[in-house]
Amino acid sequence: MKAKQKEKRVIAVTGLNAIDSPGPGVAVIRALHDSEEWDLRIIGLSYEALEPGIYMNDIVHTTYQIPYPSAGTSALLQRLTEIHAEENIDVIIPNFDAELFNFIKIGDKLKEMGIHTFLPTLEQFEARDKLNLFAFGKKHGFLVPKDKTIFSIEEIPSASAEFGYPLVVKGKYYEATVAYTLEQAQKAFHKLQAKWGLPIIVQEFVSGTEVNVAALGDGEQCISAIPMRKLYITDKGKAWAGITLEDPTLIDLAKKFCKETGWRGGMELEIMRTLDGKPYIMEVNPRFPAWIYLTVGAGQNQPASLVKLALGESVSPFTDYHVGKMFIRYSWDLIVDVEKFQQVSAFGKI
Amino acid sequence: MKLRRNIATSESGFVFNPTNGDSFSTNPVGTEILFLLKEGMSFREIKDALVNRYDAEPSVVEKDIDDFALALKGFNLLEYES
Repeated sequence: MKAKQKEKRVIAVTGLNAIDSPGPGVAVIRALHDSEEWDLRIIGLSYEALEPGIYMNDIVHTTYQIPYPSAGTSALLQRLTEIHAEENIDVIIPNFDAELFNFIKIGDKLKEMGIHTFLPTLEQFEARDKLNLFAFGKKHGFLVPKDKTIFSIEEIPSASAEFGYPLVVKGKYYEATVAYTLEQAQKAFHKLQAKWGLPIIVQEFVSGTEVNVAALGDGEQCISAIPMRKLYITDKGKAWAGITLEDPTLIDLAKKFCKETGWRGGMELEIMRTLDGKPYIMEVNPRFPAWIYLTVGAGQNQPASLVKLALGESVSPFTDYHVGKMFIRYSWDLIVDVEKFQQVSAFGKI
Repeated sequence: MKLRRNIATSESGFVFNPTNGDSFSTNPVGTEILFLLKEGMSFREIKDALVNRYDAEPSVVEKDIDDFALALKGFNLLEYES
């Protein structure tokens, strides 16, 4: 009997920066290859010529550079149109917070071209932004630490009067510092302002154990949720090792989150579990986390499920996963001829 | 008090709490106590069993088991019987 031929699928993925603060792209690509559902052609979409995923030719077939998010939606659409003419892309999976706005904006146009995405709506994307997170939590009945958005360093004392010390000073896009004194808070303000601009978010400090949940919503319900605790954390606060947990409270939280918000796409809930067991949502990342490959190890391949959903297939919610499954990240030196680097730098394609 | 239902133990003395991801290692006697707890024995019954099995002063065995129970409690591995 002849084996059924696998369907050819061309999937484009961003976030190939598998560095010390890694993007999720390479992990997403590994997950897609592991699914063995399709005859895959993986297209990498990169911003910089030294993103390691560009040179991982055993899992990424070709890579194109795309314009930075700051170039806007027209430039992105134009570049994707050019790439699509050559590659006939079926699905794009964007993996950076900063690029999602543009991809959501051009989602309908991509669909007209035959390119599928599976992303949250603009309203969902903005509602869970850290600037709006407290109101978001209040609206949907989630525990979220109190916060205050500030535009000037003079506003720190009034925030500290409300929350007390320690408090958390957070950048608009990334990074957070726990400040124990006014001086530390001021220093963090300057540093984060210089790096990410204004406003700065000052947040109530919640002590407990940090846990994370990678989840996938289909627009109505939660298809998959895998809770993980970081076992080894880099100086950038990134997980270098982690383990899946048995925690029905976190699964229920992810389910409630998907249902209440109608979440469509991948996401990561960053949660602080207080000593008395209360799960505070610290952040909602509107895309898969860099540790997403652990969901494959745990038995719920979230990236492959997202592709199916993007292609209009229905996916039944997963019910089981392996508890105690670990990931341990490592670094690996790729040896690359300068011609390849030159190819990416000069022509934006390899 | 008894060992939480979902705590995983191995013959090598490795203990894993799947609720929070904590893991520990114990010595062979600790491993034995954990297995007896898993079999449903109370700390009182375990004390009697170990006093009979080991050539040691009952008071020393009892104290060691009390210390071990305190450590298990501190690491959130025990729960109260309902």
